[in-house]
Amino acid sequence: MAEAQNIPAGSTTAGSIAVAAESTVATRMSAPPSFDVADFPVPHGREEEWRFTPLERLRGLHDGTAVATGDGLRVEVSAPEGVTTETVGRDDARLGRAGTPVDRVAAQAYSSFEKASVITVAKETVLTEPIRIAVHGEGGTAFAHQVVELGAFAEAVVVIDHTGDAVLAANVDFVLGDGAKLTVVSIQDWAEKAVHVAQHNALLGRDSSFKSVVVTFGGDVVRLHPRVSYAGTGGEAELFGLYFTERGQHQEHRLLVDHNTPHCKSNVAYKGALQGEDAHAVWIGDVLIQAAAEGTDTYEMNRNLVLTDGARVDSVPNLEIETGEIAGAGHASATGRFDDEQLFYLMARGIPEAEARRLVVRGFFAELVQQIGLPDVEERLIAKIEAELEASL
Amino acid sequence: MATLEIRDLHVSVEADNATKEILKGVDLTVKQGETHAIMGPNGSGKSTLAYSLAGHPKYTITGGTVTLDGEDVLEMSVDERARAGVFLAMQYPVEVPGVSVSNFLRTSATATRGEAPKLRTWVKEVKEAMERLSMDPSFAERNVNEGFSGGEKKRHEILQLELLKPKIAILDETDSGLDVDALRIVSEGVNRVRESGEVGTLLITHYTRILRYIKPDHVHVFAGGRIVESGGPELADKLESEGYVAYTKTGTSA
Repeated sequence: MAEAQNIPAGSTTAGSIAVAAESTVATRMSAPPSFDVADFPVPHGREEEWRFTPLERLRGLHDGTAVATGDGLRVEVSAPEGVTTETVGRDDARLGRAGTPVDRVAAQAYSSFEKASVITVAKETVLTEPIRIAVHGEGGTAFAHQVVELGAFAEAVVVIDHTGDAVLAANVDFVLGDGAKLTVVSIQDWAEKAVHVAQHNALLGRDSSFKSVVVTFGGDVVRLHPRVSYAGTGGEAELFGLYFTERGQHQEHRLLVDHNTPHCKSNVAYKGALQGEDAHAVWIGDVLIQAAAEGTDTYEMNRNLVLTDGARVDSVPNLEIETGEIAGAGHASATGRFDDEQLFYLMARGIPEAEARRLVVRGFFAELVQQIGLPDVEERLIAKIEAELEASL
Repeated sequence: MATLEIRDLHVSVEADNATKEILKGVDLTVKQGETHAIMGPNGSGKSTLAYSLAGHPKYTITGGTVTLDGEDVLEMSVDERARAGVFLAMQYPVEVPGVSVSNFLRTSATATRGEAPKLRTWVKEVKEAMERLSMDPSFAERNVNEGFSGGEKKRHEILQLELLKPKIAILDETDSGLDVDALRIVSEGVNRVRESGEVGTLLITHYTRILRYIKPDHVHVFAGGRIVESGGPELADKLESEGYVAYTKTGTSA
């Protein structure tokens, strides 16, 4: 029997809770945020923000050698009535307002894109159908910028679906007006050679709610940077993620919730399963509670289920608190082996091993799958999980 | 008639880089319709017997045979044993997060019966079985054993026993941790299954208390990794008044 190695919830062995006068989240980056790629040195791999990433597999996105191919990436937006979709030039004032690139690839994307797309939901418009953005790679290299903006009290669901083969560096901005509600489901269902590096910036207006569901399955290297900050009090962010890291894949999710405003909430929950030689998942969860952010309520959690030998997880929760006047703050990280006792229990009821494994893994993901709220995406996700398991048995 | 035959069973476990023999030659025959109580002190190997019969990978069979109607049970995987008709009600049922009781029950019934039960009759079957065990219908929507109280876990084990209808039921300390009400409900469940006459029951217990509700045909005293004395129900009365002291001495020196 494989021995379970569990780090109990609330443990700080892999992470830290720091009470500091000054944030180290910013200072441990190799350069301050900037829209200009020239402000970032070419990473060599030992920098804090790059130390887990296989730079040699980024196809030149990090060192300036990647060149946009002009085609080879198809983007189709299908939006219900009440949504404005525009293609705009680099100088459009609506770009880059939700956040500034924090690493060289994000800055490269910002320095290199030619056209951006801006999707706007006017104030008080409540959509009943999701906005679907299909990003399909056909072997090209691309730098992209997208903006989704909701006016005050608007409500929308956006599904960004990445498929095919591409080398893509992107920044995606989500700007929420006061009282707006936005759910974003970003699916990384890439073909096996794809490389995808992106920064997602959400800026939450007063009393707005933002829910992000990141689902990562495919690709050779996927490195995502979901980030949240607040423009007013009363904002609520929920950041959920699911990943299934296969043999040889590198999947990295680096989150930052910047509590810079009083009385905001955040809840982060990411779960991943890994199987196969050299499957590598990285989860970095930074939560920063600034001195001004009194009344903050935050929790972050990462769980990993290692199904086979040879897979590796780096999970680093990091909570920095600059004020004691908060409602709550906590984090948990746990990485465990497949639980052989669960398997025994199910098999002792006649359930064959392959089916028992499916039940356990489906069960592991169930609470997050239920958060998506889109039946077609949920079904596809479950089918995908089953297919991944099928391939391994 | 289904018969489980255990002959000269030797079982060991790996602990602290050493091999430790726990079962030292167990002989026992359980026939359909019979109830055997296996009683013994802590550490005598009772639970090892239960888990070895179910095929838990922690235990290594080093000698002897186990057959069910002549078929070699030890050659079977855990799920094959269950489908052949061996059922283990566990002392510590395992939590399976994210898997609902209803999904679990239907999946296991489908596996053991060889085909998916018809939905309409199945729903009724589960509902009635749950009612008999005084289980709230909302129970079916909870995750398997997650947040269950001790009594709920045991009722859930007996619910499975009633639904899966095995040939041989091994009840590993099903009575431990139960208050009198829960013990009565659980025992009644076991007795309903026994009354069908189609199950051979191996009732493993530390205490004589459960034998007031479930009357065994045979009582065996287990000590030092083997059966040291066998008799009728009167043997349980003797244990009730005298305890295991006599056996722990002879058991270890034998």
